[in-house]
Amino acid sequence: MTTADRSPGVPPATLVLAAQRAGRKLTTTAKRAVHFLLRHEDSAWVWAARTAAVVPLVALVLLITVLAWKAWPAIEVNGLGFLTHSKWDTGNLYGAVTKTHGVSHPAGASYGAWPLIAGTLESSGIALVIALPVSIGAAFAMTERMPRAVSRVIGFFVELLAGVPSVIIGLWGALTLGPLLARDVYPIIARHAPQVPVLRYLRGPTGVGEGLLTSSVVLALMIVPIIAATTRDLLKQVPDLPKEGARALGMTDWEVARRVTLPWVKTGVVGATVLGLGRALGETMAVAMVTGVVLGSTARNVYGTMTTIAATIVSQLDASFTDATGFAVRTLAEAALVLAVITLLVNVGARLLVRRSAGTALPVGRGI
Amino acid sequence: MPILARRRAINGAFRALSSLALAAVVGPAAWIVIGVVASAVPHWKWSVLTTPTQGASGGLEGAILGTLVIVVGVGIVAGGIGILTGVHLAETSRVRRDGRPGGGLLRGASEVLSGFPSIVLGYVGYVALVVGLHWQFSLLAALIVLSVMVLPYIAKATEVALRQVPTSYREGAEALGMRTGFTLRRIVLKAALPGIATGVLVGLAIAVGETAPLLYTAGWSPANPKAALIHQPIGYLTYPVWTFYDYPSAAAHQLSYDAALLLVVLVVALLAVARVIVWRSQRHS
Repeated sequence: MTTADRSPGVPPATLVLAAQRAGRKLTTTAKRAVHFLLRHEDSAWVWAARTAAVVPLVALVLLITVLAWKAWPAIEVNGLGFLTHSKWDTGNLYGAVTKTHGVSHPAGASYGAWPLIAGTLESSGIALVIALPVSIGAAFAMTERMPRAVSRVIGFFVELLAGVPSVIIGLWGALTLGPLLARDVYPIIARHAPQVPVLRYLRGPTGVGEGLLTSSVVLALMIVPIIAATTRDLLKQVPDLPKEGARALGMTDWEVARRVTLPWVKTGVVGATVLGLGRALGETMAVAMVTGVVLGSTARNVYGTMTTIAATIVSQLDASFTDATGFAVRTLAEAALVLAVITLLVNVGARLLVRRSAGTALPVGRGI
Repeated sequence: MPILARRRAINGAFRALSSLALAAVVGPAAWIVIGVVASAVPHWKWSVLTTPTQGASGGLEGAILGTLVIVVGVGIVAGGIGILTGVHLAETSRVRRDGRPGGGLLRGASEVLSGFPSIVLGYVGYVALVVGLHWQFSLLAALIVLSVMVLPYIAKATEVALRQVPTSYREGAEALGMRTGFTLRRIVLKAALPGIATGVLVGLAIAVGETAPLLYTAGWSPANPKAALIHQPIGYLTYPVWTFYDYPSAAAHQLSYDAALLLVVLVVALLAVARVIVWRSQRHS
């Protein structure tokens, strides 16, 4: 700022001069701002970082609050039966509107999410049974000595499997894998499965490739990268000395893996598996494309059509708009709340388990 | 069977099975990618890139542009907040008395958020932003939901990258009398840049492939994206894959596979760039 600025009796300046002065003023202000920021750079960083770091916490709290608030009327009307009974009936959307506990909904609306919950748990459970041995085996194979080019290509494909959008895995599952399994694989399993508890669900009609087992296979493919990549990283962290010692005692590869390496990484692998389970529970698109999305009943055998909570939410979106009372939307919010609670429990459980005993944190991600 | 032979047999079985397991991972990955390419390439027309979608046929111009707009937006919003969150978790949070890093609650919240099902995120976005705030299907709702989704990935990648910067860098800078902020900006963040960039790229690859949250927040529009944050639905590439794959017409199937091919190309490109960054930084160090 010049002295001329401050004195009251300056002669009226031309427009150009005024503009120049305004420009100078602006640059000075900008310069001052930068200077101020640089002078206080330390605290600027601290405050910016602190503010940003609160965002995930706020988001999490908001998510749960909004969900609970939106779902509350549905929880009141549907009651505890929502978790246990199987009828999924939107009621007469064009008929009378009734009120229960002060919440209006179409007459005859009755929602039971048991098939959804059962389908979610079943498909993820079977997926885990398939994915766990495959991931651990693959992780051991990946830590074997092999040419660098080969290991790079393999690493890239595992990363790719983690990164391929779930709709594309669903597309492949619905149009390629499902029909193929139903034609060539399922009939053989169904014919040879023994008539004993649990395994007898492998018998019976095999369908056209849309259903529980196909969903589980697709889900398994999607969680293998998480478990395999984490296990591989854990295996690489195992110190060489105990392994070399075991080998010097004459142990075979299998014995070293079984007695030395696996016990070393056990907790981490369990944690990664539970993390994979969390992802399988919440997976939407791929499952919605290969389950057949049948509301109102659970799968009769492992080939039967079914649905999961996530697949129902995505496929019932359009239908729920037609409910003018908004009760269908609230019920979907209740289903979403159930899913959120299940996955959060699984996630927090996995992290607590690993943190307490292993001291290392689980990865955040999909195994990329 | 003599004991040695049995041990050898078991060992052989272990090695064979683990190789088989690896094949069971690599095989389907290659099968999916090759399958998409093989289904899309025979009828591929370059005009798909420049023709708008009409019903379930035409091209994908609007969807491509929409995806690019969404990716750039998520890169700015989630990238900015995520990197700063990572900086807080690794650098500016107070160290606990037992020597472990602080910010436990915030880190825990970020990790738990990463386990939140994307469909539930989308549904909350729909209930709160699209309906609650009357934004309707819009770019802003999609950006917020997707950013919340990929934020934890970027924060974690940044935190890990910052922790790998040797403490001696910071000590050296302090000994030379540099301010903490200057050290962070010019030395620590610079050294951690490859890791951070990789994290952001992976986060964007995840955002590109999302469908469920976008169905509820972005809606769908066959037209090119408008210059409006709210009240205007926007197209994206995963929508045609999900919607058109079980339409009865061949044109719809082709469009579905075209969109799948473009998605694969985009994701592979993002992951490949991330890989190259990692390799280059490893070679330099």
